[in-house]
Amino acid sequence: MRVPLSWLREHAPVPAGATAEDVLATLVKVGLEEEAVHRPADELHGPVVVGQVLSKEPETHSNGKTVNWCTVRVVPEGREQTLTGKGIDPSGVQGVICGAHNFEVGDKVVVTLPGAVLPGNFRISARKTYGHTSAGMIASVRELGIGEDHDGILVLSTLGLDPEIGSDALELLGLHDEAAEINVTPDRGYAFSLRGVAREYCHAVHAPFTDPADAVAARVPAPTQGGFPVAVDDAAPIHGNPGCTRFVARTVTGVDATAPTPPWMSARLRLAGIRSISLPVDISNYVMLEFGQPLHFYDLDALTGGIVVRRAGRGETLTTLDGKQRTLDPEDLLITDGSGPIGMAGVMGGAATEVSDATVNVLVEAARFDEVSIARTARRHRLPSEASKRFERGVDPQIAPVAAQRAVELLVELAGGTAGPEVTDVDRTTAPAPIELPWDYPSRRVGVDYTPEQVVGTLTELGAQVETTDDGWRVVPPTWRPDLVAKEDLVEEVARLDGYDRIPSRLPVAPPGRGLTAEQQARKRVADALAAAGLTEVLAYPFVSQADNELWGAPQAGVPVPSVKLANPISEAQGMLRVSLLPGLLDVLRRNTSRGFRDLALYEIGRVFRPGDRVGSASIPPLGARPSQEVLDDLEAGLPAQPRHLAAVLVGKDAAESPWVTPRPFDWQDVLDAARLAAEVLGVELDVSQGTHQAFHPGRTAVLATADGTPVGYAGELHPKLVAAQDLPERTVAMELNLSSLLDAELDVVQARPISGYPAATQDVALVIDASVPAAQLRAALEEGAGELLEDVRVFDVYQGPGIEEGRKSVAFALRFRAPDRTLTADEASAAREAAVAVAAERHGAVLRG
Amino acid sequence: MIRPDPGSPVERPAANAAPACPGHAVPEPKKSVLMSELPPETAPSGAVDPTDEAAVAAAVDAALAAVENAKDLDELKEVRLAHAGEKSPLALGNRQIGTLDKAQKAVAGKLMGQARGRVNKAIAARTAVLEEERDARILVEEAVDVTAAGRRRRLGGRHPLTNLMERVGETFVAMGWEVADGPEVESEWYNFDSLNFKPDHPARELQDTFFVDPPEAHLVLRTHTSPVQMRTLLTRDLPVYVVVPGRTYRTDELDATHTPVFHQVEGLAVDKGLSMADLKGTLEHFARQMFGPEAKIRLRPNYFPFTEPSAELDVWHPNAKGGPQWIEWGGCGMVHPNVLRAAGIDPEVYSGFAFGMGIERTLMFRNNVPDMHDMVEGDVRFSEHFGMEI
Repeated sequence: MRVPLSWLREHAPVPAGATAEDVLATLVKVGLEEEAVHRPADELHGPVVVGQVLSKEPETHSNGKTVNWCTVRVVPEGREQTLTGKGIDPSGVQGVICGAHNFEVGDKVVVTLPGAVLPGNFRISARKTYGHTSAGMIASVRELGIGEDHDGILVLSTLGLDPEIGSDALELLGLHDEAAEINVTPDRGYAFSLRGVAREYCHAVHAPFTDPADAVAARVPAPTQGGFPVAVDDAAPIHGNPGCTRFVARTVTGVDATAPTPPWMSARLRLAGIRSISLPVDISNYVMLEFGQPLHFYDLDALTGGIVVRRAGRGETLTTLDGKQRTLDPEDLLITDGSGPIGMAGVMGGAATEVSDATVNVLVEAARFDEVSIARTARRHRLPSEASKRFERGVDPQIAPVAAQRAVELLVELAGGTAGPEVTDVDRTTAPAPIELPWDYPSRRVGVDYTPEQVVGTLTELGAQVETTDDGWRVVPPTWRPDLVAKEDLVEEVARLDGYDRIPSRLPVAPPGRGLTAEQQARKRVADALAAAGLTEVLAYPFVSQADNELWGAPQAGVPVPSVKLANPISEAQGMLRVSLLPGLLDVLRRNTSRGFRDLALYEIGRVFRPGDRVGSASIPPLGARPSQEVLDDLEAGLPAQPRHLAAVLVGKDAAESPWVTPRPFDWQDVLDAARLAAEVLGVELDVSQGTHQAFHPGRTAVLATADGTPVGYAGELHPKLVAAQDLPERTVAMELNLSSLLDAELDVVQARPISGYPAATQDVALVIDASVPAAQLRAALEEGAGELLEDVRVFDVYQGPGIEEGRKSVAFALRFRAPDRTLTADEASAAREAAVAVAAERHGAVLRG
Repeated sequence: MIRPDPGSPVERPAANAAPACPGHAVPEPKKSVLMSELPPETAPSGAVDPTDEAAVAAAVDAALAAVENAKDLDELKEVRLAHAGEKSPLALGNRQIGTLDKAQKAVAGKLMGQARGRVNKAIAARTAVLEEERDARILVEEAVDVTAAGRRRRLGGRHPLTNLMERVGETFVAMGWEVADGPEVESEWYNFDSLNFKPDHPARELQDTFFVDPPEAHLVLRTHTSPVQMRTLLTRDLPVYVVVPGRTYRTDELDATHTPVFHQVEGLAVDKGLSMADLKGTLEHFARQMFGPEAKIRLRPNYFPFTEPSAELDVWHPNAKGGPQWIEWGGCGMVHPNVLRAAGIDPEVYSGFAFGMGIERTLMFRNNVPDMHDMVEGDVRFSEHFGMEI
């Protein structure tokens, strides 16, 4: 809502020198948030005066263009020119070149004199052009920033103006005024009016407020019989609320719809952000801004019979005044006459009955429509308007006759009309429900000791009626505050008008807490460990394509991967939620490589989304009551699984080249290590087995699982074809783990193990086996065969080549034996080693390398 | 085309089948110089006459001079072999003592003993000096320019947003609060209805929400962390004091100050007798933990469907660009009775307060990040600059 200061001053004690910034600073105290300042004078200043054209000589120049060489009187005859400066003629008559032709000698026009600055930092000075010195400019409305018209200059008589020569044209056109723009929260529809903002301003400065509606209300004639016939016939109220609870209709005859809108009115409308259209339309907008009541004017002679307010029939259509034909929904509330629909109530009028330049007789509509009904229609037809904005938030049901009266008066005053004697007022409004407010409730809720006088005083100031009861007050909120329905709402009013700055500060003491959960601690440990290990944490968007999900979400190609689809994604190409972190992480990787980074180690911890059997729920429970456990379970069942994953990608080398450092290229083992590091940090054992995944190198992929065999992820080198196709650095390696699965693993309290102080016996063994047997299986066999003396076993070499048969490989293990209670003899260690080899031989056909 | 990786273990040469164990390394043989290579004039030969006092003295002098002239331990070793070794004139002369008569024996024995003693003592002294010199030289030779060192292991970095969320959590855990969590794809009921957003209320329009397809499934990407308020109230025993850091979504295009994916932290306290004063005290403490002991806050009336009274929270930013000013930090208020009712809690018995603020926004003015793009793009320089703590 933009509030012109000159208008606000009419209803509130705004100090004379106050700027829009000052007004915003005052209004913010009562909760009207500052949005912007609109001040035309910032862009338009200097000598801009009323001038009269003394002469006008058309001259056609070599470029084929005809311009007018004019003299313009800018100081009344016989008076001295008081302005000085380069290019200002002391005689009071300026010579100017004008390209427009829509004026005559004798017309009064706006002259921008040398030294003036126009919007767009257009500086006026005397300059030579078309063989003359043009000392100024005759301005068009567009040049002044007050309209779009640039076909000709502004002739003041067309605005109904005959000002004195030399007077300040900026003053005349309301261009010294400024507007404070506030952000109105959805609960305060009344602040979408000067009436409402002025009230709030008075609250903020603790000044008495005189409601501008009161004076007009005193002039509203009583409803009469035999007025314009209006019937309300709502067969399908939404949520049981009738669509129309008030309809005031007034007639004004004999108007001149082409009469100019006075500059003070168009200036205020413009500052308020509303374009001047025609006098009747401007009046309806002006009154809407003043009282918050949207109005609609009909061409009375275009109506067929009386008006009926009803819901639309199936398939009914209406051509709205923007010229578009709209198919109506049975929920749309309509204004109809004998011809059918003539308007979508509260949203937009129809073209057939709109007021035009030819209109002579006007029907004024001031109605109150249901918030939900209007909101749905405006949304359904994508027609948000100044009117619907106000109806959606709730219009004061008692302001309709006042606004109608004001509109009638302005049509009479400015358009030369005559007010019709009949007043139609269909009134089905109900009084606001009283609220019981216990006397100590505001103090308890806010923590400030309000006196009963303060509470009653504040509520009365708001316009509420307050009646004392046994244990507090019974409060009837004012009709313009439909948001006040419960005692908490009244508490906010008391607190806000007293000032939130008066609320004391007290730190509540929470009961003893349990600290971070094991899962939260574990997550932080993993994140910290990976960062300490040299990886950098990044956060990617979770929006991906279905192709991404099918590539990363299933080990084999061609398997459908159920995904969560967005109904309104930012980009259709990325309309799915991720099932894997890797596509996002690889995007980040590419962004970094494109910025010149070759050695990168990135990781992300984030949620992925796997839909279950069912997406969502058919219905949602109502508000304000606890749903049953079955209903809550049903909501839960409709949610996709959203486990947290951990993923990492590495490219390039582990270090930068430097004097004592030989960088090593990252390879699949680095990502396997990262996965194992994460698991170890969590105290979970990770089972590594050879595997395949369509996105990974078929020979360099580790499948990761927990000890019980639950698969939790992959680590390895990406498939070279994928690397090429996705424009990734060669040998990109990646891993992804379902962190939630790891975190879910129930961890027993770790029990200590005896540490033997006796020396270890180390034995190496090289075994030759089929190349297809994974080293991990061989190791498991050795572990089993070696028995309890084995403390550690580690693969230290894998070899294929000369000396080893085709299809076989040599795997060398280092075995470390130790006894808890004695020093092992060489024979004991050898015996254990032989036992280990025996199991490996039996199970996998391993033979000792000769 | 698939190119073999030179680092592949399969292609590695066979020689390494049994790797060298570092502990078994044989030390490099030390350099030795043969007698024959020595210049002839320095090599004494033939036995000295043990009875010839002058000859012995000359041999000793020659030995001492040679010792003194030995420039390093290798030369000294040669000197020792030549003048004190088994074949040296003094050693050979010493052997001749046995052949002498008794009277000569005693004199020669004493003479030779003293002579050899002097030579050995000189060699020992010279050895000590040369060893000291050698040790010092080696240390000099082994010197490196430590300032030229690169990095063998680099530190990565945490993302400042997750880091900041953890810090927020720790701040509240220290006050006895707990950290709660909830799903990002959320039921509309939790995101809106349970929080007193009426089905047609304009507030619901204010939040440009991502809907899961089809919209009739009533699933959204949560627009705020507030649905976790309801999850908490439905599942935990009262009183409740929780904070909820997490990821949230709105359909904004990415620009300098907006991102469709962002983070919030939500706070919720429900207990008997809580008032706006408790809310203000909590926010003041939080602001000081985030922005330093001088931080100030301000509450302004505002509107949220799930709180009443509601307030906008501003924090004083003394170092803001363009001068000290109040910065909008978040929203807060007393939990709306309809929210408590939706959780089955009697609003006449319990009251609560709630607050929420943007993590990105907090980071922006706490750590002076001017552009949202930096937080979103994942440029490693951004995270690494912040390191492990924020």
